[in-house]
Amino acid sequence: MSETVISADKLTKKFGDFIATNEISFEVKKGEIFGFLGANGAGKTTAIRMFCGLLLPSSGAATVAGFDVYRQTEKIKQNIGYMSQKFSLYEDLTVKENIRFYAGIYGMNRQSIKEKTVGLLKQLNLASEPNTLVKSLPLGWKQKLAFSVAIFHEPKVVFLDEPTGGVDPITRREFWNLIYQAAERGITIFVTTHYMDEAEYCNRVSIMVDGKIEALDTPRNLKKIFTAASMDEVFLQFARGAKRGE
Amino acid sequence: MKQFIIFVQKEFFHIFRDRKSLLIIILMPIVQIILFGFALTNEIKDSNIVILDNSKDVATTEIIQRLEASRYFNVARYLHIEGDLETAFKTGTIRLAIVFQPGFRESLLHSNHAQVQLIADATDPNTATTVTNYASNIIRDYQTDLNNLVQTPYMITPQLRMLYNPQLKGAYNFVPGVMAMILILISAMMTSVAIVREKEINTMEVLLVSPLKPLLFILSKAIPYMFLSLVNVSTILIVSVTLLEVPINGSLALLMAEALLFIAAAVSLGLMISNVTDSQQTALMLSLMGLLLPTLLLGGFMFPIESMPWPLRIASNLVPSKWFFIIIKNVMIKGLGFTMVWKETLVLFTMAVFFLGISLSKFKIRLA
Repeated sequence: MSETVISADKLTKKFGDFIATNEISFEVKKGEIFGFLGANGAGKTTAIRMFCGLLLPSSGAATVAGFDVYRQTEKIKQNIGYMSQKFSLYEDLTVKENIRFYAGIYGMNRQSIKEKTVGLLKQLNLASEPNTLVKSLPLGWKQKLAFSVAIFHEPKVVFLDEPTGGVDPITRREFWNLIYQAAERGITIFVTTHYMDEAEYCNRVSIMVDGKIEALDTPRNLKKIFTAASMDEVFLQFARGAKRGE
Repeated sequence: MKQFIIFVQKEFFHIFRDRKSLLIIILMPIVQIILFGFALTNEIKDSNIVILDNSKDVATTEIIQRLEASRYFNVARYLHIEGDLETAFKTGTIRLAIVFQPGFRESLLHSNHAQVQLIADATDPNTATTVTNYASNIIRDYQTDLNNLVQTPYMITPQLRMLYNPQLKGAYNFVPGVMAMILILISAMMTSVAIVREKEINTMEVLLVSPLKPLLFILSKAIPYMFLSLVNVSTILIVSVTLLEVPINGSLALLMAEALLFIAAAVSLGLMISNVTDSQQTALMLSLMGLLLPTLLLGGFMFPIESMPWPLRIASNLVPSKWFFIIIKNVMIKGLGFTMVWKETLVLFTMAVFFLGISLSKFKIRLA
């Protein structure tokens, strides 16, 4: 079996009396596409932020790319990519400038940035638009670009926090093609979503309800266990029991 | 280092893409200097006056001519009866009335004593004082000229010399003032807005997840605005020297170094603001209320600090602009060297280090 890239053991985050994530435990292997499902307020974003070093856990243990989330956040940051639910490129910079900036922040050298940029633009069908301001691109393109930028420095893991909000199904499909390509290259994908068709694309999914992980398996097994035709039905069975809502 | 250069470059992209803001930043100092220099002057010229001449002799005519010849006064009307004075002032356009006693010259020649009454509209006390001073001086001049003809045995003539600013130009005071104001505005406000903007558009989260060091982030944000501020200092100096004829009597290098120190303090203040707020609007308001207002009110160039009540006098010590204003006046106008401003420089330096320390320690690497 391949190496473990993310592991969580009873990872908990409390904000005062509120327990945002409650003793979650799981492991994610290299190159896996791990779906992290849950209704709004279930604690997905909190969990992601702990893995990225943006939040300190209250208790429990976790490692990302082999580094401890309490003491080695700097090392973690070197090895991950991150794309948040809200769009995060600079609108007043061009496509090329955005790529250069983020790649530069991760310490890539000029030459390799240049070479990779050409390939990336071709892949995204943006070869003729390197000098277009990002604000004039359609939303779907922006999101594909944001994802490509997040994995430009070839991280071990990329965390995607609801990356496909607000785009049409076709663009979402294209987005997932990019995710598959990245996974094939060995990049572990940790993705939160509440589109259940996307859940079907994942190798394994976990379903989080009120801060706890209630189910964790492959989509196919989950459907079998809960005798459901689709992930949507599986998810609804859990969502009905949830107390926290929007 | 590579990260740093790339980040600074990105900041300059932001600045140059936003043409409107850039234009404002570059033009604002020039407009302000010109505004202060030509529109908002402390000199009161061409005041309308009325004259009630009850004597109409050679002496009073001579005085009236001298008044009218000066650039300060403009005789609007000659009155004939005392009762008209009140109505003249009520129109609001008259600043001063001059009333000569009947038999002015007779009295002057025979009893060596004559009276002229100056009545000023004191709704604006500063203007009233200035205008009566101008008039008194003109009348005194006339008296001195008379005395040259008649020998008086004892006379004390005060000789006035206005040091450093012989022409009493307002520009000598407000050029350093505008400099303090512009630098606070550009350095502090723009820096805070630039950082808060990253929070607003969510790029901050991505930067926090990246291996970028907080210190590097802060420096990269500060340096472009420090550079712009130095450009502003240069334009202010050029405009002042060429257009307003304000000299740079001290060392230019010292002047620039002090400006850089003040800019550093202002940028640190901007960083502090960006730490406590999440929206550009709040950052803007905080900079205006928290920095620009104290600079205007307590910086010392609009209102003299010496005549403020003691709580305000003490509070003014906390305003960096006050110290910068003193330094620039001393160096630029009086031509003093570093040995004469080291205390103020030390205060400014301490402030800069203190603010920077606070904002660095408060800078959040984590979200909560």
